[in-house]
Amino acid sequence: MFDFPSFITFDLGQYVENLIMWLLDNFGDFFDAVSKGILWFMVNVKAFLLWLPWWLVLVIVAVLALRLRNVLSAVVFTLLLFLIGTFGLWDQMMQTLAVVLTAVIISLVLGVPLGILTAYNSRVETIMKPVLDAMQTMPSFVYLIPAMMLFGLGMVPAVFATIIYAIPPVIRLTDLGISSVSKDMVEAANSFGVSTWQLLTKVQLPQALPTIMTGINQTTMMALAMVVIASMIGAKGLGLEVLISINRIDIARGFESGIGVVILAVIIDRLSQGIANRYRYTE
Amino acid sequence: MDNIKVKVENLSKIFGPNPETIIEKVKSGISKEKILEETGYTVGVADVSFEVKEREIFVIMGLSGSGKSTLIRCLNLLNLPTDGKIYVDNEDIAKFNKEKLRQYRQNKAAMVFQHFGLMTHKSVIGNVVFGLEVKGVSQEQSYNKAKKILSSVGLEGWENKMPGELSGGMQQRVGLARALANDPDILLMDEPFSALDPLIRREMQSELIEIESKLKKTIIFITHDINEAFQLGDRVAVMKDGKIVQVGTPEEIISSPANEYIENFVKDMDRSKVMQAGSIMFEPKALITIDQGLKEAVDVMKENGISSVFVVDNKQMLQGIVTIDDTIRALKENKSVEDILRHDYHATPPDTYVDDLIPKAIENKFPIAVISENNKLLGLIVRVSVLAGLV
Ligand SMILES: Nc1ncnc2c1ncn2[C@@H]1O[C@H](COP(=O)(O)OP(=O)(O)OP(=O)(O)O)[C@@H](O)[C@H]1O
Ligand SMILES: [Mg+2]
Repeated sequence: MFDFPSFITFDLGQYVENLIMWLLDNFGDFFDAVSKGILWFMVNVKAFLLWLPWWLVLVIVAVLALRLRNVLSAVVFTLLLFLIGTFGLWDQMMQTLAVVLTAVIISLVLGVPLGILTAYNSRVETIMKPVLDAMQTMPSFVYLIPAMMLFGLGMVPAVFATIIYAIPPVIRLTDLGISSVSKDMVEAANSFGVSTWQLLTKVQLPQALPTIMTGINQTTMMALAMVVIASMIGAKGLGLEVLISINRIDIARGFESGIGVVILAVIIDRLSQGIANRYRYTE
Repeated sequence: MDNIKVKVENLSKIFGPNPETIIEKVKSGISKEKILEETGYTVGVADVSFEVKEREIFVIMGLSGSGKSTLIRCLNLLNLPTDGKIYVDNEDIAKFNKEKLRQYRQNKAAMVFQHFGLMTHKSVIGNVVFGLEVKGVSQEQSYNKAKKILSSVGLEGWENKMPGELSGGMQQRVGLARALANDPDILLMDEPFSALDPLIRREMQSELIEIESKLKKTIIFITHDINEAFQLGDRVAVMKDGKIVQVGTPEEIISSPANEYIENFVKDMDRSKVMQAGSIMFEPKALITIDQGLKEAVDVMKENGISSVFVVDNKQMLQGIVTIDDTIRALKENKSVEDILRHDYHATPPDTYVDDLIPKAIENKFPIAVISENNKLLGLIVRVSVLAGLV
């Protein structure tokens, strides 16, 4: 009476699996190519980051913090990074950073043009808006499943899931930035006979830049959050450390890797916000 | 000089979903109000025709909502006309395709906006080279040109500031420089000075006149201010409810307003800003020549009941003025007219605005002499006729 009748069954999962299989059978080459592309890109980013001497990284962060913020930030950020090194988590941090960077760069390459398209085309907009809303309301966990289904386990699905999770802010804010360029300015540009391309590159994109920068900052932060979770499907780095510590109930290791993630998040956030603030214009 | 540069024929612009369906109503002369009531369509410009001559300043004047902006924006197709023709140099611009329209906007007609429309992400000079950049002029060439133009509008040294750092008046100078940099035949100016405060505004007006006298552009200028219209305009068109009610020179409009509406408009106007010295001077009846005697001078003054009289030579060239007191004293001392000539009166050319004569009339007790370039006395203005305008 109170239990769900067991004779009513619907094996949706079975159908989805069939669909995925069909996709893989027919578009296998495509997914292979995407997979190889992402992997190649990330391997290079990672190799580069790991090749960098640790002290040079500290110097770069210090200089950036000094130029974008202040002396105090420079000192604090350098010390914090040094701290991660002393935990023995330097390489893991670089791995996490590599996935974040890869995901952010790919997000930008896809997201900015999509945002422009959304701003220009009302039909694209009516499709894009609900899709983006849905993407942002879904818990990040959910993205692991399609990523895993399409790409299996490993770094590539981790990057893929991260991109899906982190791309909405760039698209949204590129769209917002372009649509809210003052009408006066667009009109003035038109009165000088600009082409659509000139309008976009000489007026709309530069005007939207501060907003787009905010989008990039948000995307980066979301990517970082996702990378930690994506360790469940094979992203190496700090997230994996956290995951292992949880499984082994290793408080010491868990604490260190957790702190590592927080430090990385704070530094990336402050630096990218500093960059975004650079691009504000006075009216 | 009298070539027709822009010719507008039966131009209408109607706002609404299917404006073509309303066009007959507009053409039959039904009022804007009634059309809005019956159909919900807004008539911006209703069946308007006029011509603008090469190198003239053509002012379109009217109250807010009369359709001035809608009209001027049709002239570079920022608004697409619903009906009618716009010929610029005998080409119908409404027929232009995209590419030709861009060429037209790049080379022939540049616009100056009420709210400046400057790019906040570009420096002052970056704004001024914008039009040239769009045309594909080389960087070096366009920056050189922009620098020259900036200094000609008095913005030397401000090249690398951002527009936000400038006052309103300076921002509009940038707007003007940006338009001039493109070397357009036609300047379209939509209330360019309305956002500026009165002093700056006057300064900009006289600067525009100066620029016009140097560059000889055809200027179509929008304003809602009748004083500005009559000061700048070679000819003025008065708009009401999307129609042009009268076109003419300022003098024509003042002296024979087409209807009551314009009459009321003209009443509002400060005449002193439109009337020139030449039009309020009177012919000097009481004059003496320099070789006449003092006695005759006294007689002339007595006859006319005046206490001073202007002195000319036999070619009507102005020599000075003598007062009754000086003349009587000189008579006793056996001097001549030449000995007592005074020069502390004010003389002015006939095209000075009465407005500018007011301070002179206040500080000077003699009538104002109107003289030609070679010092010939053309007429006199009594102080009362200048100052009367003040009350
Ligand atoms: N894009 C538009 N859509 C609908 N109606 C418009 C549009 N632009 C102007 N109008 C209408 O057209 C009429 C004329 O407006 P316009 O802006 O040309 O007046 P104006 O003479 O320039 O006034 P102002 O001095 O306030 O600038 C007004 O009734 C206005 O509401
Ligand atoms: Mg207007």
